[in-house]
Amino acid sequence: MSENPIVIVGASLAGLRAAKAMRTRGEEGEIVVVGDEDRLPYTRPPLSKGVLQGTEEPESTDLGGADLDVSWRLGERASAVDPVAHEVALEGGSKIPYRRLLVATGSRPRQWKGPGRDLDGLFTLRTIEDSLALKERFAERPRVVTVGAGFIGCEVAATARALGLDVTMVDIAGRPLPAFGDQVGDWLAQWHRWHGVKLRLGTGVEAIEGAGQVEAVRLADGTKVDADVVVVALGAVPETGLLEESGLELTSGVRCDATLTSVSDPDILAAGDVAAWPHPLAPSELQRVEHWSNAAEGGRLAGRNLLLEPHEREAHAALPTMWTDQHGLRIQVAGLPARADRTHTLEAEPDGHRRVTVCSRDGRICAAVAVAAPRRLGWYREHVKSGTSVEQVVAALESEAEALGPPVEAVWA
Amino acid sequence: MKVLVDMNLCQSHGECVVVAPEVFELGDDDVLRWKEDVGEELRDKMEEAVESCPMMAISLED
Repeated sequence: MSENPIVIVGASLAGLRAAKAMRTRGEEGEIVVVGDEDRLPYTRPPLSKGVLQGTEEPESTDLGGADLDVSWRLGERASAVDPVAHEVALEGGSKIPYRRLLVATGSRPRQWKGPGRDLDGLFTLRTIEDSLALKERFAERPRVVTVGAGFIGCEVAATARALGLDVTMVDIAGRPLPAFGDQVGDWLAQWHRWHGVKLRLGTGVEAIEGAGQVEAVRLADGTKVDADVVVVALGAVPETGLLEESGLELTSGVRCDATLTSVSDPDILAAGDVAAWPHPLAPSELQRVEHWSNAAEGGRLAGRNLLLEPHEREAHAALPTMWTDQHGLRIQVAGLPARADRTHTLEAEPDGHRRVTVCSRDGRICAAVAVAAPRRLGWYREHVKSGTSVEQVVAALESEAEALGPPVEAVWA
Repeated sequence: MKVLVDMNLCQSHGECVVVAPEVFELGDDDVLRWKEDVGEELRDKMEEAVESCPMMAISLED
């Protein structure tokens, strides 16, 4: 068994960084990376922004995998894992034995399953091909509806507006990016309206209508929005299909311990979107984070841990960070905003857009959301890490010369 | 080693500042500043900083 290669399923950012970390640590054995796309790993954030808009070439997303000494098995899909035999089965029947295995399969867009699901003009966005296909359709200057006002819905709406298209964003939630609370959401809704995005919030979608081709989106309140293109942006589902028969414990994702090791098998680790693990900031919960930095950092850590015995492995403790760009402003987040029970806007430029909102749980800060204020976010990171109380942070802000302005919406019990 | 940052790519995400605050800093204008000449003892951290950058703007030169 010790002669077998280390196998990574997922020619992704996480998979690439894991392979790189192993080579940096001196691993000389064979590393096999299986990827279902016919491409070397690439970075995805530009796919809803610059690549879609046409300001960035798709080639610029390449992550440099060609320079790495690994055996790529691209255009091949892993269909099953047998932990007892230590084998990965590929669609088509071949099998790859492994010494240790990293699952870095990411996630796939949740599809629209309601009426109209087979119409032409329906898109989801995950791959370069998805982005280029949508870009091509955008060139016909369609009326666009995004079903969903999460990260992808918001970014696609912003990009479509940058191209001068007619855009409506629909969500059953009352605000865009509802995960960041009402204050961020209310501000962001205004920001989208200001840039000409029509919002239909607080109402679900009943059906996508058309004869062969999308013509309209029918909403739960009975109204219709005319559309030529519908971008389904309903979130993502962790890609665990290959593990369904494996006996490995799955939750939403691969259930891991703090070191990204499967709780069922010390020879199998997971990283990126597909890993559900207890972050040290919330040890009794499982986190799954579908963002760039988590894939990069988790992949690197998993690569190092793959070379170690279970008791030597390190916890994936990096503070999660994420960002989104919408209509020329960047929103950055540090921490675990999904844990929040309240939000407080603690700084806002009196006559500008820069602002910081913190998310708290039981009165302690668990995340900070900064709009166009990366240096200020740095100030909050330590408070997020140590779980400082909101009151203490407010007190500290009084002597903080760099604060963007006085609190505008400090809301707490 | 020399630390190079392509300022045409840098968008002030600040991830490198988190990894190595002794080398990288966002100024009060939110523009990145950094030390170009860095001792060999920081190589691991600098490699981590290179990988932390979502824009792939950082590179190292011996």
